[in-house]
Formats: sequence, structure tokens, C-alpha cells
Amino acid sequence: MAEASPHPVPIQKLGAGESTAVLLRELVAHLRQSRTQLREEWARRITEAQLLTAMSKEEIFAEATAVYDNYVDVLETGAVEALQDYARNLSERIIPRGVETHEVVGIVLLLRDVLARSLFSKYRQDFDKLSRVLDAYEPAANRIGSTVAVSFVQERERIIREQQEAIRELSTPVLPVRERLLILPIIGMVDPLRARQLTEQLLRGIRTNRARVVVMDITGVPAMDATVANHLVQTVEASRLLGATVIVTGLSPELAQTLVNIGVDLSKMNTVGDLQGGIEEAERQLGYRVVPMMEEPPVQT
Amino acid sequence: MPSQEITVPVNADIDIVTARQKGRELARDLGFTSTDLALIATAISELARNIILYANSGEILLSVVENGTRRGLKVVARDDGPGIPDIERALEEGFSTSRSLGLGLSGVRRLMDEFDIVSEIGNGTTVTVKKWRL
Amino acid sequence: MQVPILKQRDYLIASIQAALTDADLLQLRDALVSQVGTYRSRGVIVDVTALDVMDSFAVRTLRDLAHMIRLRGAETVIVGIQPEVSFAMVQLGLTLEGVSTALDLEEGLAYLDKKLRTISAPPTSKKRG
Repeated sequence: MAEASPHPVPIQKLGAGESTAVLLRELVAHLRQSRTQLREEWARRITEAQLLTAMSKEEIFAEATAVYDNYVDVLETGAVEALQDYARNLSERIIPRGVETHEVVGIVLLLRDVLARSLFSKYRQDFDKLSRVLDAYEPAANRIGSTVAVSFVQERERIIREQQEAIRELSTPVLPVRERLLILPIIGMVDPLRARQLTEQLLRGIRTNRARVVVMDITGVPAMDATVANHLVQTVEASRLLGATVIVTGLSPELAQTLVNIGVDLSKMNTVGDLQGGIEEAERQLGYRVVPMMEEPPVQT
Repeated sequence: MPSQEITVPVNADIDIVTARQKGRELARDLGFTSTDLALIATAISELARNIILYANSGEILLSVVENGTRRGLKVVARDDGPGIPDIERALEEGFSTSRSLGLGLSGVRRLMDEFDIVSEIGNGTTVTVKKWRL
Repeated sequence: MQVPILKQRDYLIASIQAALTDADLLQLRDALVSQVGTYRSRGVIVDVTALDVMDSFAVRTLRDLAHMIRLRGAETVIVGIQPEVSFAMVQLGLTLEGVSTALDLEEGLAYLDKKLRTISAPPTSKKRG
């Protein structure tokens, strides 16, 4: 979990000693110098590992450049926020391309590895120095890796939530059929979250359409647990507070039993067998009378 | 973001309005939906009302809480009243919402995500509730 | 804070403008009960559009109000409950049972017209006050 800090906290505080700062600067300088070659190696290894297959070579290279520079910058400054922003931004772009979590984690670990190896070969003559360089590099690299991964996952979760919300809205349409009359056909399983969204949509619909009667058809609802049944009852009550009566249609005997079991007084609820009957009842309550039009007699030739 | 904590002393019925308005503002800053804002404000209103009905004085503490990536609102209603003798009974469905006594704790529990109550005879009552942003 | 009460034909209309303290609410209740007697009103509309919370006290007081006004021979309609507020109310188990409700002022007046026309015999004038 990344923490927010008011100013960039130098990562070397996690490491040991004051020489860490000096070491970091030195290795950052080296990584910047070797930028071209290391970046190419990284891009090559990404392709070899068959990651980011959804993107073209040019795209990978372009993103790789940005990631590399960001990575090295954060090594130097310790400014995790900038990295979080960049990671989220990157995620927003690549998630619709179908890039998955393991790919993002994979490429970050590859970069980490590419840079670590570069440090190995530079300092391998001086084991002691290599040790200290790695002490400086490791915690910083770990932090960068987890920041990027977490940001990606958070972004994914955000997108999924949005999509779920959209789906839920689409699946519970409130239909104004006649003046003052709304129909709410509910189809499919209703979970508590969907039930709540249903209620909110209906109440808003009652207000917008100035409905006096709502026909809520639950023919298409296979089953309901006590929690959702309670929501149903609450929806009816809340609608009444807005001045609208709710006629429930399509109540199967099983569902009726569930309601009775949780203590709902069905005689208080306005129920009609089917949707057709419900609409007729609603029209009656609204004072409509439906009269068939007289047919024109066929013209004699 | 700096952690915000607001304390509203509750001594008179006008404080009930203050407490729920402040709670609503804090919840709005957290990005709660308008429906959740109504639930939160109503819960705070009931908790504050209980303080007025059963104690000489008390306070409502409003604060932002975090749990991993989730953020939420915490409301603590503390009073110096006589305490609740039978908490189980007080939490019973429908107990007293229709009577002249205010309690309605079972209702408050329904409105919020987390609910906790500590009450000791002669030592006051503390109700802690939380609601998390989805 | 006083809630303004308007007289329209033989109805009284109280429009709540902002959050009310308990004392304000009780004062409104008493004022309406008293004025129903004074003006021999047959209907009372309480507009709660501006209330962002209806808690147990508000609901109880409105129920008492409707009851007391009925004892004086008049009908009460509560109008303007916001969707979010109604949701919170039912979650809390407050149902305003036995009290008529309507969407807004217009619906409230239509409701009273219809209900009182069926109760009383004399022809009502079509002009709106």
C-alpha cells in the first residue's frame, strides 16, 4: 500500500547510512548513461517472454522509454506519487488494450532484473562496493515494483466497478408507459446491491415522471432471499412516501411463500397475477378506461 | 490528505441539526452518493437525539477512516447518561421507533455498515458506527 | 424559526424552508392545529421538500399532526419527500403509516380535491384561488 507524503521522502531513508545517497546518485548516473542499451535489452526481453503481445513493437518501445525514465527518476528522487500517477495513467491506456496484471508485473520485474545485472557487471570487481550499491538499489526497486503493480490493480478495479454499474443500470429500466404510470420489469437474479440500485432508480423515476402508479413485474425473477425480499417491501413503502402505489405482478407461489415467511403481510401489498392484469389495474386506479377503436367498414369496390 | 476530525457537542436539540449537517458535509467530501448522504445524516440525527433524550450532555465525533484502499466515515456518539440496562433488548428489531422513546438503534445499525455499542450503567453510552465508500 | 403557513381556499399550506429543530417542528404542529380551527380548513398540506433528513422525531411529529388535525375534521397530506430521504426512512423503519403522502404540492392539492369531493356534497367551484 503506497503512502501519500507531502514532499518526496528520499527512499534511501529505508536503506542504511548516509553514503546511500551518494551511491544512489552514482548508480542513477550510470543507469542514465546506459539508457539506450539497457532499454533495448529490456524491450527485447519483454518480447522474448511474450509479454505485451497486445501491443506492437513500436508501442512497446515508446512505453518502455517512458517507464525506464520514470523508474530511474524515482530511484533518484524517491517521489512515489509521480510514479503512482504515471502508473495509473499508463494503466488507463493499456487496460483497454487487454494488457493483464501478470504482464505488468512481469515487465517491471524484467526491468528490475536488467538494471540489477547492469549494476552487477559495473561493480563486480569491487565486491564490497557492489554490496553497498545493491543495498541502496534493492529497497528502492522493490518499492517501485509494488507501486506500479498496485496502481495497475487499482485502476483495473476502478474500471470493473464502472462497468458493473453500467450493466446494472441497463438491466433495470424504468419505463414510462402512460402518463403517471411506470413499469419496472425486473429480470434475473437480484442481489442486494442490484436491489438497492433498483430502488434508487425507481424512486428517481417516480419523481421525474410524476408517476402515481408503478407496476413492478417480477415474473423474470427466479428466486429471492429474505434480504432481497425485504428490499422489495421497502421499495413499495418508499414509493408510497412519494405518493405512488406499487402493483406487484408475476409473484410466483414460491416467492409469495418467501415473503410470508419473512413476515410480510401480503394483504397489504397490492399484487396482481400477471403484467397485463397489473397494467389494467393500474389504468383503473388512474381513472383510464381503455376502449377499442371502431373499425372502418371495408370499402366496397 | 490531512485526517479530519470534527467534534460536535450535543446539549440541545439544535445541536442535532448541526451534527448531522457537519456529518453530511464530511461525507460529501469523501464522495458518498446522495443516497448514502441521507442514510448517514439520518443515522447521526438519531444518535444525537438519543443523547438529548437520555443524557445531560454528550458529543458526536466525526472522522475519516481508512482500510487499505477504502475510505469511510466514522461517527462516535458519546454521552454521560445513565447507560442502557439491556442492550440486547434495545437492539431488537422495531424496538421503540414507534414509541416516544428515541432509541431506534436497530434502525441505525441497518443504515450503517459497522455498528458497535458500549454501555455501562451509571457510566454513559458510546455508539460507534462506520460507513464505507464503495 | 417560524414556518410560513399560507391559506388557499379552504386549505392550509405549510412550506418548510430549511432544517427544523425539534422545537420548530412542535411549533409548526401547534400552529397548524390551531389555524385549522380558526379558518375551518378542510385540508392541510405540509411540504417537506427542503428537509434532507426525516428522523424518528420528525415522523412522529408529523403523524401526531395528522392525527390531531383529523380530530378537527380535516385531512393532512405530506408532500415533497425526497427519494433519498424516503429510502433512509424505510431503512430506519419509519413509514408514516396512516398519513397520506403525495409527490409535490400540485399532487397534494389534486389529492385533497378528489378526497374531499367524495366526502362532502356541495359543488366545488372550479376556480383556483
